[in-house]
Amino acid sequence: MALKFPIFMDAQSTTPCDQRVVDAMLPYFTEKFGHPASRNHPFGWEAEGAIDAARQRIARLIGARDPKELVFTSGGTEAINLALKGAAEMYREKGNHIVTTAIEQRAGLDTCKRLERQGFEVTYVPVGSNGLVDVEDVHKAITDKTILISVMFANNEIGTLQDIAALGKLAREKGVIFHTDATQAVGKVPVNVEAMAIDLLSCTAHLMYGPKGVGALYVRRKGPRVRLQPMIDGGGHERGMRSGTLPVPLIVGFGRAAEICEEVMPEESVRLAKLRDRLQDLILSSVDEAFLNGDPERRLPQNLNISFAYVEGESVLMGLNKETALSSGSACTSATLEPSYVIAALGASTELAHSSIRFSLHRFNTEEEVEFVAKRTIEVIKRLRDMSPLYELAKEGVDLKSIRWKAE
Amino acid sequence: MAYSDKVVDHYNNPRNVGSFTKDTPGVGTGLVGAPECGDVMKLQIKVNLDTGVIEDAKFKTFGCGSAIASSSLATEWLKGRTIDEAAKIKNTDIVSELKLPPVKIHCSVLAEDAIKAALTDYKDKYASRLAGAGAAAASS
Repeated sequence: MALKFPIFMDAQSTTPCDQRVVDAMLPYFTEKFGHPASRNHPFGWEAEGAIDAARQRIARLIGARDPKELVFTSGGTEAINLALKGAAEMYREKGNHIVTTAIEQRAGLDTCKRLERQGFEVTYVPVGSNGLVDVEDVHKAITDKTILISVMFANNEIGTLQDIAALGKLAREKGVIFHTDATQAVGKVPVNVEAMAIDLLSCTAHLMYGPKGVGALYVRRKGPRVRLQPMIDGGGHERGMRSGTLPVPLIVGFGRAAEICEEVMPEESVRLAKLRDRLQDLILSSVDEAFLNGDPERRLPQNLNISFAYVEGESVLMGLNKETALSSGSACTSATLEPSYVIAALGASTELAHSSIRFSLHRFNTEEEVEFVAKRTIEVIKRLRDMSPLYELAKEGVDLKSIRWKAE
Repeated sequence: MAYSDKVVDHYNNPRNVGSFTKDTPGVGTGLVGAPECGDVMKLQIKVNLDTGVIEDAKFKTFGCGSAIASSSLATEWLKGRTIDEAAKIKNTDIVSELKLPPVKIHCSVLAEDAIKAALTDYKDKYASRLAGAGAAAASS
């Protein structure tokens, strides 16, 4: 099959909507446009029925006992904000301490920073060189003031899968609420809020082949019942935790996306892991001084993150961007002008954070695409190393650390 | 971010990539930036010791596309200039030629620093010779 350009391998930023998802959504923009809170006419009943069905499908995917435990939001960022701020405010009387990790996504870290300004104390547990948090470190961080533990399920850059079941068990034993940011995990790997003792879970549709603009927060109702202070006041929708008219077409799409993910996950995760491994082998067998970031085993099947020493990430993307969409932890590609704090948290040098490239595969990638991307990546790295003064110095045997660099 | 056509052109067809051995007569070398900042430029000039004209220039850069383009352009501009003329190249000239956006201005600053560092290295190495040449000219 002929390749179609550009090839998308940036599926941890967003995924394309599955056509089946779009087909499910379309009637809810036009003929089925009712407001689900309109209790007194068929338009409302139809919309409410569609919401209930979507809720059930998403609940099934994450192993929730009761679909009512799902609160729809505008996406992952809002779900994370509601989980952290809502729990912090609700349980403030009980304590003011939160435990999280250094590699949460910005929605988690920035929300914690705001809570710190409001008088909460936050412990940012470091991760090992493979990106895994040590459950014992989380255990040690817990104090009698701890009200919430928040650890991401799968990392957005390096794909590392934390031991969520062990963290959930620990939190349950300590009587602390446990939130996990599962935006990158739901629909990709098995997630079960009961088996993993998760009290709050954030997820989003657009990373699982659903539409942008909708996400959900799972809020446990039983054993323990978790309560949250709402952030948005209004009509008291979503059990009073998130007011606002539900975006029915988006939620229908989210539900259909969840249904498809549940159905295809066993086959899809194996297929993507195989493609990912092929990509990894092709690149690492041809490029010297290329380092895999994250844990080689405990990671999302579609994630591959490599630092290519002596070349800068944005220049790599620039060499590929006519044909292939990837992402980098380089400062030049971030809004903050800082290189990836995730790669830096692994203990790697800042230089390797500038040199990191993330390949993230999706449902529609093919083996031909993987082979093409590997071949082009290898060519671009070679070309850039030929013009890299650092590569030249390293090849001459100069220790780059021995040079007194003049930082800007 | 979309890149200007000139940045893309220099990135795809960089001019004067390479190195002179440092002890080649008339060669001045500048190495600026830092790996942890994501930008390092090595810029070299080869000066005709009799005329003071830069006959050749080469660069190698670790950095983003705009950093590569800034140093590539710098080598293009250096060739054929005297060392005094070379010292007049400003980062703002590079910004306007390559249409760099504000977040990429530091790339042009680094290129100017690299030019200055290469000129300084050249002058340091050949100062005695330059002074000697001047004295010889005065006495004749």
